[in-house]
Order: sequence, then structure tokens, then C-alpha cells
Amino acid sequence: MTILELKNVSVAFGGVKAIESVSFSMEHGEVLSIVGPNGAGKTTLFNLISKIYDLDSGSIIFNDIELKETRPHEIAKLGIARTFQNTELFEHESVLNNLLIGCHVHTGTNLVDELFFLRKAQDQELVFRKNAENIIDLLDLQSYRNTKIVSLPFGIRKLVEIGRALCLKPKLVLLDEPSSGLNPEETEDLVFQIEDIKEELGISILMIEHDMNLVSKTSDRVLALADGKVLTIGKSQEVQEHPQVIKAYLG
Amino acid sequence: MALEEKLEHTQLLISGLSQGCVYGLIASGFVLIYKATEMVNFAQGDLMMFGAFLAYTFISIFNFPFALGLVAAILAMAGIGALIERFAIRPMIGEPHFSVLMITIGLGFIFRALAGFIWGSEPRSLKTPYAGKVFEFDGIIIGHENIIIVLGTLALCSALAFFFKTTNLGKAMQAASQNQLAAMYVGISVKKINSITWAISAAISATAGILIAPVSLIDPQIGFIGVKAFAAAIVGGFGSLPGAIIGGLIIGIGEQFAGLYLPPGFSEVTAYAILLTMLLIRPHGILTSVQIKKM
Repeated sequence: MTILELKNVSVAFGGVKAIESVSFSMEHGEVLSIVGPNGAGKTTLFNLISKIYDLDSGSIIFNDIELKETRPHEIAKLGIARTFQNTELFEHESVLNNLLIGCHVHTGTNLVDELFFLRKAQDQELVFRKNAENIIDLLDLQSYRNTKIVSLPFGIRKLVEIGRALCLKPKLVLLDEPSSGLNPEETEDLVFQIEDIKEELGISILMIEHDMNLVSKTSDRVLALADGKVLTIGKSQEVQEHPQVIKAYLG
Repeated sequence: MALEEKLEHTQLLISGLSQGCVYGLIASGFVLIYKATEMVNFAQGDLMMFGAFLAYTFISIFNFPFALGLVAAILAMAGIGALIERFAIRPMIGEPHFSVLMITIGLGFIFRALAGFIWGSEPRSLKTPYAGKVFEFDGIIIGHENIIIVLGTLALCSALAFFFKTTNLGKAMQAASQNQLAAMYVGISVKKINSITWAISAAISATAGILIAPVSLIDPQIGFIGVKAFAAAIVGGFGSLPGAIIGGLIIGIGEQFAGLYLPPGFSEVTAYAILLTMLLIRPHGILTSVQIKKM
């Protein structure tokens, strides 16, 4: 079952063709990594899927819905969550609050329920809290539960951001360089965490990643991108040995 | 002599407190919009003036019952605030801050001209059920309108605090003010939040206008106390709502005492003197979370 499909997607900024007729599709439950040199258009691709930019041509179909007029804030409700390379968190809030706000996309209460904290709001708060605690356990964030983001090291912030994305209960999560800024030990843990997200939560993962070790250990398939075009897509080993990929990296 | 002085001080403290509450409320309006959009709305004082005039129109011209007129004026101003955001501010997203600032100054002119055109420049007085009545004890005279100002401010601030703490909308507003990109990707419509912020901010200003109307008459120029409220917002630490109220109180009370102890005319510049002193000794204000936002 296909969860995400890109058909001939192109976007240009002025005269720069950032993405040029990119097509690929992703299966439900798959981990697909995007690799490529700097400026290949990897993050642009993410920004297209999450609707920060509009397409010039082509189409993006997520879960049988074409993302055409979708606004960026509607992406979460459809079931796509994302993280950013340099993290975008609510820095003056605790880890728990950052996760809880991720849950709120599924809110079923109205202003009156909340103002008077009616039964419905209470029940919902319990469900959200339980959901957040599950994610805290999954990512081993217990000791940081009440710490404000500003006082956390970068590696933990990256995990919190992944956690917040998971709290949205997405079908697909876009991870932008999850290992950048992590130490080798944290990167090693990330391998298992990505497996858990895939196996335990059944969430498909599309990630941009440079660490080839992490890519080979976690990805079902790898897509190589250079100058806005797809070079090849396939098993990690095949992609790494592909002559054009080697050429793109080494010039 | 000592007793008389004490009485006078108490009296000044009370009028300073109520004047300060009004500054504080307008300052909160500044802060709300600044936190949500990083823009300073220099028409904040004029929104207050317009709100007071609307209340005057509903109550004194259309003969609405006081409470109904009050609510109608506040709701109408909330609507006007949301419309300003939608049609004057939102199209300016991505433009330099200075251009947006010029727009808000321009909006101030428009509101003053409009008010002059509709209601004329004659000062008007808002009929309230409590105007002119006083409490008197131990020689201290407290006007009911002063008490209403303080109580009204307290009630409004508690309501706001409660709203931000308990409701999803309040939490979403805080989230969007901390990080718009992140807010968008947890499913918060930042545009909608900005409209709501402007609506709330205009409603608060209108409330301030209605509260102060019985004390100082309404005319198209009363919006200029917005400049003093701006000073109050900075003194409080631009970006903190409780700070805005505290800043307002300091300036309100400071003004009254400057009127007593300093030569005539000084009370008018007290707000700015306090502002400059604050900038010298504690540039980030009394209460503030110094935060550097990623642009």
C-alpha cells in the first residue's frame, strides 16, 4: 500500500531549479532515506511535502489525498509530522508541554468544555497525558520531563522534537537529519529508536540523513538526490555503489 | 499637617492606581500583539478611544442598557481588530517591520479623523450607573469609577490568565508566539491565531477606554495616552503581560506624585522620565524573559 507518492514534482526559485521532476513513492511502514550532497534539494523536498512551498508542477499524493490546496497547518491533521534540522521547539516550555501540544491536534473539546474543565476535557487531558508518557518512555526522556527546552543539550532537543512529532500520531514522519549534532552514542541509540517508531508505532519514516552507517542500518530503501534530480533509488548498498552517486559526492 | 499629608498621599495613590490600570491595560494590548507577531501597534491608544466612542454611541445615543452597550462596544472593537489584522497587517507579512509600524501609525490617524468626523471634537461624557458616586472614610474620598477601574482591570487580567492557562486556544496562542513554524506543524493555524490576537488586543483597549471614560471625558485625542502606555509596556519588559500592568501602575502612580512634588508640567513628562531611567538601569524591563527569537 502506497502512503506517499510524488509525481514529476518541480519547483524553481527564480532561475534556480531546486527540484526537477522528482518522482518516487513510498510504501506504508517503510523507512526511506534521502541522501545527497549539500544543495541537492533534500530539505526543499521536505518543505514541498509539508507545504511550506507550493509546487510549480507535478503532484504529491499522501494517503490517496492530493496535497494541492492544503495549508501547512492542515498537514498535521492529515497525518504528516516533521522535525527540523536545527529543531523548532517551544523553548520556554517543559519537555512534557512540548509533547502535549503535539497531542492537541486531535482535540475533541470546545472552549466551554475547557473553560469549565468538564468531564470531556478531563478525559481528554488524561488520554493526552498517557500518550505523551508513552512517547517519553519510548524515547527515554523520563529524566527531562519537566525541564525547559532552553536548558537541554542539543541531542536531547532533537529527541524531544521527534517525540512531539510522534505525539501527533502521524502516519508518516519526516525527519530532517535526525543524527546531525548527536554524539556517536546518541546516534547508536537513534538506530533502535527509529526501529521502534517503525515496528511499535507502525509509522512510516522519510528521513534526510548523512550518516551512511545509520542509513544502512535503518532504511528499507535509499533515494539519492543531486541538483534537484533523483539519481537512483534502491537498497542502501546498491545506492552507495551507484557510479553517479559516487560522482555526485566526489565530483 | 502630617495627617493631611498622609491623606493627600493616599488620595494620590488611589487615583494613580486607577490611572495606572488603564495604562496597564493598553500596554497589555501592545504586548499581546508584539508577542504574537513581533509588531508594535501604535494605533493601540486610538483603538481605546474608538472603543470608548462606540460605547458612548450605544449607551448615550442608542440608549442601550449600560451592560449591553459595554459588551456590544467590546465585541465590535474585537471585530474591528480582527479586520485590521486581516486587511492591513496580514498582507504585510514579510515586509520590513518599519513599513508595518508606519501602517499602524497611519491607522491611528484614520481612527482619530474618523472619530472627529463622526462624533466631532467636543468632549463627550459616557453615562454610567456609577459616575459621580463616592465612598468616603477617614477623610479619604474614593470615586466609584476609580474602584470600578481597578476591579475591572483585576477581573480582565484574571480572565486572561485563566484563558491562557486552561483553553486550547490560549495554549495555541502561546505556542505560536514562541515558535510559529513549530506551531504550524503541530496543526495550529498561525494566521487565525494572529487575527484572534488582534481581536483580543482591541477588545482590551476598548475595555480600557470604557473604564477611563467616566474619569476623563472622551474626545478623539484621548488615544494619545497610548504613548504613555507604550512607555509602560517597555518599563514592564516588553513581552510580559503582568509586566505591562506593573509598568502601567508605576507610571500612573509616579505621575500623580510628580504632580505634587515637582513644578507644574512635570507630571506630563513623568512617564518618559521613568522610561529613560528604566532603559538606563534595566534595559530589558522589570519582568521579562529575555528571549532571542530565530527569525
